[in-house]
Amino acid sequence: IFFSLPLYRFAASTYVQANIAFCLLKKNLLVKSVCVYRSDDLSFALVFVFQKSILFSTATTSSHHDEGGDDKEKISVTFVNKDGTEKTISVPVGMSMLEAAHENDIELEGACEGSLACSTCHVIVMDVKDYNKLEDPTDEENDMLDLAFGLTETSRLGCQVIAKPELDGVRLALPAATRNFAVDGFVPKPH
Amino acid sequence: MLKGREGVRVDIIDRLPTPFGLVRSGVAPDHPETKIVVNQFSRVAANPRCSFFGNVTLGSDLSLSELRKTYDVVVLAYGAESDRSFGIPGEDLRGIHSAREFVWWYNGHPDMCNLAPDLTNTDSAVVLGQGNVALDVARILLRCTTELASTDIADYALDALRSSTIRKVYLVGRRGPVQAACTAKELREILGLKNVNVYIKEADLATSPADKEEMRNSRIKRRVYELLSKAATVHQENNDNDRKELHFVFFRKPTKFLPSEDGSTVGAMELEKTLLKDDGATGKQVAVGTGEFEELKCGIVLKSIGYKSLPIEGLSFDKYRGVVPNLRGRVLSSESETATVEPGLYVVGWLKRGPTGIVATNLHCAEETVDSILEDDRKGLFTDPSGPKRQGRRGLLEILEQKNARYVPFDGWEKIDTKEKADGELKNKPREKITRWNELLEAARE
Repeated sequence: IFFSLPLYRFAASTYVQANIAFCLLKKNLLVKSVCVYRSDDLSFALVFVFQKSILFSTATTSSHHDEGGDDKEKISVTFVNKDGTEKTISVPVGMSMLEAAHENDIELEGACEGSLACSTCHVIVMDVKDYNKLEDPTDEENDMLDLAFGLTETSRLGCQVIAKPELDGVRLALPAATRNFAVDGFVPKPH
Repeated sequence: MLKGREGVRVDIIDRLPTPFGLVRSGVAPDHPETKIVVNQFSRVAANPRCSFFGNVTLGSDLSLSELRKTYDVVVLAYGAESDRSFGIPGEDLRGIHSAREFVWWYNGHPDMCNLAPDLTNTDSAVVLGQGNVALDVARILLRCTTELASTDIADYALDALRSSTIRKVYLVGRRGPVQAACTAKELREILGLKNVNVYIKEADLATSPADKEEMRNSRIKRRVYELLSKAATVHQENNDNDRKELHFVFFRKPTKFLPSEDGSTVGAMELEKTLLKDDGATGKQVAVGTGEFEELKCGIVLKSIGYKSLPIEGLSFDKYRGVVPNLRGRVLSSESETATVEPGLYVVGWLKRGPTGIVATNLHCAEETVDSILEDDRKGLFTDPSGPKRQGRRGLLEILEQKNARYVPFDGWEKIDTKEKADGELKNKPREKITRWNELLEAARE
């Protein structure tokens, strides 16, 4: 989608102004690109090409995701799917694992959207050393873990595990229903 | 289903004008966090490949065989809308209701808006059963109405509870604390109700080796038992008029419902003391009567011993278990070993597994049934080049038009939703539920 603004015969200074405007507009997210078209009779046109569609995502949880901001420390988290495939993502400190999963299209359910009223975001912390770095679950989290499918000794609710620097490199497994998986030889112990 | 196969179109048919099933009609009004899952459901309904048809009843607006001729795949997910009964004398006395009816009543289900349970003829209510539904109804009877006033409870229920004279609620179970079917969150909540004294007999907390074994194998039972033990030792404050009472009654099974003095309603329950015996066959402990009886006065009884599914015409049904016989969600022609798979017919949820489990349980159940459907699809079971091509949504619309059935589409529900929320705002409630059939249909068409 584009439109052009004709600029009629102008003095050289206008050409400079047009250039400055051009540079400023390039930084605008709505505008994909801008170019200056100079026709034979020395008239100029600024041609704007807009983004085809502007998508607003409806995130289920609010996030303070800083696009391109490097001031928030990030840790690496690997999600291991039921079929053994893995996805490693970068998670800012302070974000919950549920939020991080949703932001990265990882299929972790969150039916109650983090309000400790379900167990659908159940994850298994694969390394017991990482599990021990977490604060003990509250009574409320334990009540929900009681109901989780395929509960293990290192199970937690993804909405209650918050990224912190000590968890860099943590591996979280999504529980399998009946299929057992052994990634890196790990087998969850039934609780 | 939408995620699992490209190009699939899914139609959801519900006899109510409102979607979401038990999330709307079963989850208690003071448990709003459990209802957040409707956001997820609404996103599914908003998918262009998914359509909702409310106010369409299987059995009257269309038959199962018509559905199977119209769609490649039919999944029965209609749950359990009936109740188990005791089959003991006096069960049809007035004042005895199933918990399901009572829950539908306070949740504004249009089938129960006229239940009108009498909460003013007595100070004692008996709830038979100790599962989460039993705890729900007990809690709604005991909770301060000022707290209920800001929930989505039905307006007539709030009025009835405000004038309720019920001060004591008895939760009666055949077996002991180790066998109680409730879970920690709900138990913790009811034990923590302000203005309620909780009574548990210490003698009931004695555990046998079999009990200890049950607790060793179940984290849930361990934590429930711990909560009940702690509650038994709490010194009860003197009971002034402000405080209500919750009594946990263990090892008692109902043998008779006795009429009140004027014979019009229930006036008391006859209970038989029980002992636990090991049932060799199942390995579970069962309650066995000891021949010792006692009476418990009450003016209202809520039976919470389990829901039951309803069979329908043309569908195999296991009457004993109350489910549709199936193999990982594929419907079988009967419960015998020689049964065959019914092509294109599947079952999910309580109708498949029996009436237990929470939202998450149904999530996993759905995954299993969808896996079966996708497997059968890959095997080419839904493509029959010799037969006529099934019409799907178009076929459904034709059938409904012929029967003059006016269905409610999802945006009809959205109109109901908007009106309920707007009416709720005026009363500081998340919504004021519309509880009558004709009013629901009117709001859907505005």
